Amino acid sequence: MTSIGTGYDLSNSVFSPDGRNFQVEYAMKAVENGGTSIGIKCKDGVVLAVEKIINSKLLVPGKNKRIQTVDRHIGVVYSGLLPDGRHFVNRSRDEAQSFKSIFKVPMPVPNLMDRMGIYVQNYTCYNSVRPFGVVSIVGGVDDDGPHLYMIEPSGTCWGYSGAATGKGRQIAKSELEKLNFEELTCKEAVKVAAKIIHLAHEDNKDKDYELEISWVSKEHTGGKHQFIPEDVLAEVRKQAEEEDDEEDEDEGEGDENKDAEMQT
Amino acid sequence: MNHDPYQWGRPSNETYGAYNYNIANANNEEFKDYNHHAHQFPKMNTQQPIITGTSVIASKFANGIIMAADHVGSYGSLLRFNNIERLIKVGSETVVGVSGDISDFQYITRLLDELEIEEEVYDNDGGNYLKAPNVHEYLSRVMYNRRSKMDPLWNSIVVGGFDADRKPFLKYVDLLGVTYHASTIATGFGSHLAIPLLRNLIPEDKDYVKINEDQVRKVVDDSMRVLFYRDARSGEVYSYVVIKLDEESGKVKFEFVKDAKVENQSWRFAKDIRGYASKQQ
Repeated sequence: MTSIGTGYDLSNSVFSPDGRNFQVEYAMKAVENGGTSIGIKCKDGVVLAVEKIINSKLLVPGKNKRIQTVDRHIGVVYSGLLPDGRHFVNRSRDEAQSFKSIFKVPMPVPNLMDRMGIYVQNYTCYNSVRPFGVVSIVGGVDDDGPHLYMIEPSGTCWGYSGAATGKGRQIAKSELEKLNFEELTCKEAVKVAAKIIHLAHEDNKDKDYELEISWVSKEHTGGKHQFIPEDVLAEVRKQAEEEDDEEDEDEGEGDENKDAEMQT
Repeated sequence: MNHDPYQWGRPSNETYGAYNYNIANANNEEFKDYNHHAHQFPKMNTQQPIITGTSVIASKFANGIIMAADHVGSYGSLLRFNNIERLIKVGSETVVGVSGDISDFQYITRLLDELEIEEEVYDNDGGNYLKAPNVHEYLSRVMYNRRSKMDPLWNSIVVGGFDADRKPFLKYVDLLGVTYHASTIATGFGSHLAIPLLRNLIPEDKDYVKINEDQVRKVVDDSMRVLFYRDARSGEVYSYVVIKLDEESGKVKFEFVKDAKVENQSWRFAKDIRGYASKQQ
């Protein structure tokens, strides 16, 4: 299993004897240390959220936004090497623009994901390049409704109901699995997202974090990808923290409490 | 003389040898391969507009601007389309009114959509960076660049909004890349019929500060009526946009009315008109 010292992990696009590309797996390691990013697909839209670790008091609150927009209707959030994520977004924007200049309609999300999957995969094919050091979660609304995708450094690109990546992905995933995506609305999902990011932060409690949430929804944002308003953000974060405190106090009834919260 | 237009002004083959088409296409990468039949002639560009929109009229007032344009797309003298919206919102506080060729207008719409996405949507920190002067400067560069390639976008454009100092902004640009600023601007037929009415209200450029929204709206109403009476390519239904700055809150209000109609037309005098001078009653 261990690959180190065998020589098959030194160069990109080299197959090991058991058929793996170790450089791609190392790229995943870069992602696993990044701040947690999640995406939730709801019946009326998509919600994206990210935990931004505050490494210095000198960072300006509310600036250094991590979630980015592609065209008007698609949001992207990623964990891992941030410049690689920016590069990914730049390419997505170019693809979306070129699609629009040819077809005169906004790019459907699945089309974009096909192209970006191919693009990322190309960076696993040559030893003169390195794989992407990010896992990107892409959410958007088009004529066929909401879509949520996650792309890995290997180029793997699947559609999800809920997606998580970064350091707290395990906790986040187990929380996402509890959701009923058929019934979930965006407004509820914003609260849930704040809660999940809060829970996923548990392991990293020594450092403070800033929360960032965005959404795309025909009903709430007119099909545009937007950040949720400042006051809503502050409110859902406060709520997430308070609920967490309550659970700590009455551990015994914890399960019941959780069920009750799911209903709301 | 050979009357084929493609032969005009060309030295005769007998005297000078066959014409070298590489010369005509020397700067034209696409047509380097001149053996292709279609490329044996010099490149041709738009010579005239096809589907056209008529006047756009616009004026400043004390704390904003107003702009109006009707919904007609004419195919020569045929009023072919009656649902063309020629005022477009760019960013949060700018309006662009376009007259002239409609296909070029649609191309401009897409350019401005791209501009808006790049400058506003992709701006993560959420400032309102796209203001009317930026939009106008961009369009004027596009228009001048195209006419310099001898391939103009066949339009007259008016851009309205606010400048960086939050003062009303109104500026014109056309297919030649000509630009000018004025407190009252109209394109096409409007420059003959609407400008005199608007200048009655705002005789000099600086006078717009004395005029309020209601006054200017009335004159714009009147102008649209006069244009409908006398411009054979105009329509009865039009749109207008009012962009104004609320002094107290400092907020910009963008009002887009898409179904205004020319009202109070007077035709009753018509029944008394008989013949041309000699034939009375």
